[in-house]
Amino acid sequence: MSQTVTKKLMLFFPRCECEKPIIYHLVKDHNLVVNVYRAKVTPEEEGYLVLDVTGTEEDIERAMAFVKTFNVSINYTGKGVTVDMDRCTHCGHCITYCPTEALYIADEATREVAFSERDCIECLACIRVCPFGACASAF
Amino acid sequence: MKTYEQINDRIESGKAVVLTAEEIIDYVEKKGLAAAAKEVDVVTTATFGPMCSSGCVLNFGHSKPKIRMSEAWVEDVLVYTGLAAVDVYLGATQLRHGDPANMYHPGEFRYGGGHVIEDLVAGKTLQLFALSYGTDCYPLREIRTYFTIDDLNQAIMVNPRNCYQNYNVAVNDSDKTIYTYMGPLEPDRKNANYCSAGQLSPLLNDPYYETIGVGTRVWLAGTHGHVYAEGTQHAGGGERTPDGVPKDGAGTLALTGDMKQMRPEFVRGVTLRGYGVSLALGIGIPIPLLNEEILKRTCVRDRDILAPVIDYSTNYPQNTGKVISYVNYEQLRSGRIELEGREVAVGSLSSYHKALEIAHLLADEIRRGDFRLAEPIAPLPKDTTTKPLVIREKAS
Repeated sequence: MSQTVTKKLMLFFPRCECEKPIIYHLVKDHNLVVNVYRAKVTPEEEGYLVLDVTGTEEDIERAMAFVKTFNVSINYTGKGVTVDMDRCTHCGHCITYCPTEALYIADEATREVAFSERDCIECLACIRVCPFGACASAF
Repeated sequence: MKTYEQINDRIESGKAVVLTAEEIIDYVEKKGLAAAAKEVDVVTTATFGPMCSSGCVLNFGHSKPKIRMSEAWVEDVLVYTGLAAVDVYLGATQLRHGDPANMYHPGEFRYGGGHVIEDLVAGKTLQLFALSYGTDCYPLREIRTYFTIDDLNQAIMVNPRNCYQNYNVAVNDSDKTIYTYMGPLEPDRKNANYCSAGQLSPLLNDPYYETIGVGTRVWLAGTHGHVYAEGTQHAGGGERTPDGVPKDGAGTLALTGDMKQMRPEFVRGVTLRGYGVSLALGIGIPIPLLNEEILKRTCVRDRDILAPVIDYSTNYPQNTGKVISYVNYEQLRSGRIELEGREVAVGSLSSYHKALEIAHLLADEIRRGDFRLAEPIAPLPKDTTTKPLVIREKAS
């Protein structure tokens, strides 16, 4: 049996696809373990979803092919939360508020702050506390 | 023993030996005080963090016909017009017109005076709107126009209080989250925030103000400014460690510099959720090593500097003066401190990363001969304390 992998994705659902239980089929038909970080339906009835999917490469590939039949766009970089390093001053204010250490001191000597997208669970705490507006949400 | 003149001669000839306040620590440990005092001419110090008592004087020049602005806004942020006709003062903490502030608590405070200053320095086009009552010599009663910093005759930063010598560590002893100028503080001492560059900070490297005084040339956000006075609430007379390091805020500096020459990455608007807006500034100050004593004090380390931990839910707002305990900056920088037997997560509002960058930029400028030291024309007071504001019932 091939190895399982975890991928972080951001899905955008256009208005017409919002009422379909696509995630249910990812689990039921494609054997994926799904961990949803954040979901939102806008007032325009478009939907955003940031999630981890865990499964074999083949299952994930098949599942994504299925998702694409619904006009849903897939962002494999999973960038629901972004940190603009040009705006970041590396003060480190965000670090104590980040529950998963996705924001951390990368270099003790220079006190440089870094962001690990992989560890981000999209709680949005950093967006609320960053004094310099360096953290932002895609939706 | 060296004089300012000798050091400046060496700077001019490109021979000055310059180290940062971080580098000097190991250097002295290796070479010894006496040898290092002979070899090294200047130590550079720096800080980058929110400094609320900052702002700038702008002169717009005269329109045709002329106006004596009696009320004015830049990007909808109110500026002070109680000056001459087209001079205004723009303060860092001024909110934008119509900002709901804390009406929906905690307020977001996305844009204000500090952000206007950042945008000005970044060369953005900004809107001026001004009103006047009209006079015979200044008949125009309303003006709306757009400008950049290049259109202004002067844009001069005038900051009544920068570079606090040391600062509080803020915690919250209440049972609900509070929103302070030290950031959001979670209940029951769940987190602590500090705000100082510690061993890199200018006045912590010259604790008795032996070289930093009125007239000292400073690196202010990329340009050369100077200390024009003691900062407001300057209080050099507080408690100190046996090595002379203040155990509270202590000294402050009033700084000025030409904003047209500043670099935007060191002039940054600040948003403090539930509190307001401010301005973060990058400042570097060179310390001439006139003698061994001065050198010795620049070797101060994070672990030698104590900061008072204060509860911002009751003791700070009620001005009780109660200090929970003292912690040093080495502990603070580790990200965890122990308070009364419990571990507390620590964050910073001051960027050591940027301070380090500034200390190196200033050191490079001095080595290249582009930054000469200025001898102070008056010292900062060493023995003063701050007075409280007494609430009196009658004028008596």
